[in-house]
Amino acid sequence: MSISEKLINDLIVANVEFVTTVPCKQLADVIEKIEQSTQIQHVPSNKEDEGMGLCAGAYLGGKRSCIIMQNTALGVTINALTTLIQYYNIPLPMLISYRGEVGEKVACQVEMAIHTKCLLQQLGIQTYHFHNQEDADEFPGILNHTYMSRKPTAILTDSNFWGVKK
Amino acid sequence: MIRSEIIKSIAPVISNELVVCNIGLPSQELYMIDDQPSNFYMLGTMGLASSIGFGLALAQTQKVIAIDGDGSVLTNLGTLPTIANHAADNFILLIIDNGSYGSTGDQPTYAGKKTSLTGVARECGCENVVECKAEDARSTLEAALSSNKKTIIVCKCDSGNIPVGVIGLDPGVIRHRFMEEVTARN
Repeated sequence: MSISEKLINDLIVANVEFVTTVPCKQLADVIEKIEQSTQIQHVPSNKEDEGMGLCAGAYLGGKRSCIIMQNTALGVTINALTTLIQYYNIPLPMLISYRGEVGEKVACQVEMAIHTKCLLQQLGIQTYHFHNQEDADEFPGILNHTYMSRKPTAILTDSNFWGVKK
Repeated sequence: MIRSEIIKSIAPVISNELVVCNIGLPSQELYMIDDQPSNFYMLGTMGLASSIGFGLALAQTQKVIAIDGDGSVLTNLGTLPTIANHAADNFILLIIDNGSYGSTGDQPTYAGKKTSLTGVARECGCENVVECKAEDARSTLEAALSSNKKTIIVCKCDSGNIPVGVIGLDPGVIRHRFMEEVTARN
């Protein structure tokens, strides 16, 4: 089973039925397989705050939801995270490609990487960092923890995790 | 007619439906006119009423009416292609288009100038887009509900506000009672 298949399988086992995505090169395979999945409703969004609205609505409708996005999205979602997801106690796992770490080829990506963990810490968001593929063994537990606590969680997945050549 | 008069006129029609209502005065007016557990009031996050409503419509079977404003739709224009490209005949987006940012002091929006949200919605691929006058809001909404088709209503009205208090409900309470309603109806 590929790492993408493992993550999607974990989502299905955790009863996540609604996933929205905004593309990132590192996430291309997982997004393609989400689209192919018959057990997950995939609604791509045009911007990540829109996606958080969709996820909040799906949760209100009784479906566990998840957003898959790049860490640059933190720059456009702080209001949605604080005044919607956190304010209304809506659980939301955020599977995030952690661009701008060692191995990155696009210098501009480093700018948001520098701020990623500080922003998450400032927002009081529970944050997990997957550097090696075995770190994803914790993914099912993180998903359950997210829904139990009714809070957002950030799962940062860096280039080493996705097997990008350095 | 101004927005509060539209909300008053449609209250009997939406009273028993799941409603996601836009931030600021629209939610405050709906709360004052006809508070129901089936109303989800947005207390923040300008622009996301249509997205929350659409996510809700996709996730369950009951009809959903998202009450939005022209300024808020302009803030989240990406919502219209998403709505257009996914099937959800239980979804109605009612855009109360008064051509202004009502909650912040009636500053003009581009929807009150050259930009037509009706045209934008159609070009985004939305199929049932109806523009109506404020006086016809109720009948247009009733027709949309009985059509069982995903519908975007752009209701043109005058700019203006009435004095209205803040919503005294805790966000957790709004969410909890709304979700209990959703569960009971599905």
